[in-house]
Amino acid sequence: MNSYLEATARERLQRLLDPGSFQEFLPPSSRVVSPHLGQLNAPVAFDDGVAVGRARLDGRLVFVAAQEGGFMGGAVGEVHGAKLVGMLRRAIHDRPDAVLLLLETGGVRLHEANAGLIAVSEVMRAVLDVRAAGIPVLALVGGANGCFGGMGIVARCTNAIVMSEEGRLAMSGPEVIETASGVEEFDARDRALVWRTTGGKHRYLLGDCQVLVADAINAFRAAALAQIDAVTDVALTLDAIEQEQALLTTRLERFGHVREPMELWRALGVTEPEALPLLEADAFVEQVAAWRLGAH
Amino acid sequence: MDWHILTGALFPQGCDVREEHQVLTGAGQAGAGMVAVVGTTGHVPIGVETALAQARFILQTVREHPGRPILILVDTQGQRLRHRDEMLGINSYMAHLGKCVELARRSGHRIVALVYDQALSGGFITSGLMADACYALPDATIRVMGLPAMARITKVPEERLTELALDNPVFAPGPENYLRMGGIQEIWRGDLAVALETALQRESSGDTRSALGLARGGRALADRVIAAIVAGEDVLAP
Repeated sequence: MNSYLEATARERLQRLLDPGSFQEFLPPSSRVVSPHLGQLNAPVAFDDGVAVGRARLDGRLVFVAAQEGGFMGGAVGEVHGAKLVGMLRRAIHDRPDAVLLLLETGGVRLHEANAGLIAVSEVMRAVLDVRAAGIPVLALVGGANGCFGGMGIVARCTNAIVMSEEGRLAMSGPEVIETASGVEEFDARDRALVWRTTGGKHRYLLGDCQVLVADAINAFRAAALAQIDAVTDVALTLDAIEQEQALLTTRLERFGHVREPMELWRALGVTEPEALPLLEADAFVEQVAAWRLGAH
Repeated sequence: MDWHILTGALFPQGCDVREEHQVLTGAGQAGAGMVAVVGTTGHVPIGVETALAQARFILQTVREHPGRPILILVDTQGQRLRHRDEMLGINSYMAHLGKCVELARRSGHRIVALVYDQALSGGFITSGLMADACYALPDATIRVMGLPAMARITKVPEERLTELALDNPVFAPGPENYLRMGGIQEIWRGDLAVALETALQRESSGDTRSALGLARGGRALADRVIAAIVAGEDVLAP
């Protein structure tokens, strides 16, 4: 089984990293569980839905985190968030070659509402601290729960995002938008529309993800390895941020009036946008190379 | 609170702050010098335009006024819940705003935030929660989402959440709870100009919110989990 989508967080770690190299920080045997779920009669997990540690990737030292979508949708609570922050801060001391974040999450865990919100903010600050220390941070997005909410913001604070076409990256989930603004605003049951709006191919076309791969753990591994060396501006620079400001301003000017992702693809110049959803990842990447927007 | 009254109280020596599409930008005269002001008003949802406009002003401040402190005024009902904003990549616009704040900090700008009305979720993470220290007025509302919506999603009865919200900082909106959890540095009562002056003088020493949350009893585990991992321990300190 090589599907990234169908694997658990721990299966991904096992197959993505060098065999047997993962050493977990605060492993399940430490039994540090959420202090908030019990009072809501919600189940707890001994890893609070995330595994963090150090490992080797093709011999290189990496720090890594993998969120488990099977536990509360990978959502970030107090302990879950603190494990991410602890790993990121330790990375600054131990100076690995890179930090890999295998993100699969709905964002803030509502059962721990306020604590979860502050935790996501702490993760965001810690990611930027790691980058400021000169260590590249990469996000991998290809799980069934996607990467949403505040963690969708955190993903875009990393140096690069590797996504599969099945991966989804956004802020508010379609169900949340439908509930708040009505089915005519966003029909959450229209899976094709959800995919066109939040899926890996759309994000790749816009330049919001840097690498698009097939749904295969070895493809994610190869892409992550290549990105460690491909990242140029590890820390934030005024130049890079000004480029991003220009990119996002242009995007808004060009596509701010567009109603539907396929229209946006056509506006980009794609000649047969209807054909894009059917293409395999490699063929897609080749086909859209001329139209894809600059990534930063 | 009306932002005209607020900025008048923060800057009795004068300020020039303007509102455009519910985004506030400008500068005020504090005792030690000029302070750049950026933020939102009217509980505006943060959409791609709102985030980009604030980012543009922060970058302009970094370029044209090196070292000038930045005050972020927070009043938002959260991120804009529209298909169009998601299609355009609202998370990228929000992240960009957060990165602009971080870049300003690393370029030597002191960053102070004040929740003067509402702060919710995504709109708060890339503004107030990115500051060196975030403060709040006593009447401010801070939360992830309302209890009825939270009850729907968590499938915990609303009555139970309402009951928990009485003495559990995790569920209740309001600055006192965020204070206990370390998300808010201090609640400003009394003279706002003096409070701002004091905040601007305060030395910033990185993100200390988990330690504050532990000391104030609002988050018992976060700081101990972080410390255990950094120290390479498999058990938490008592």
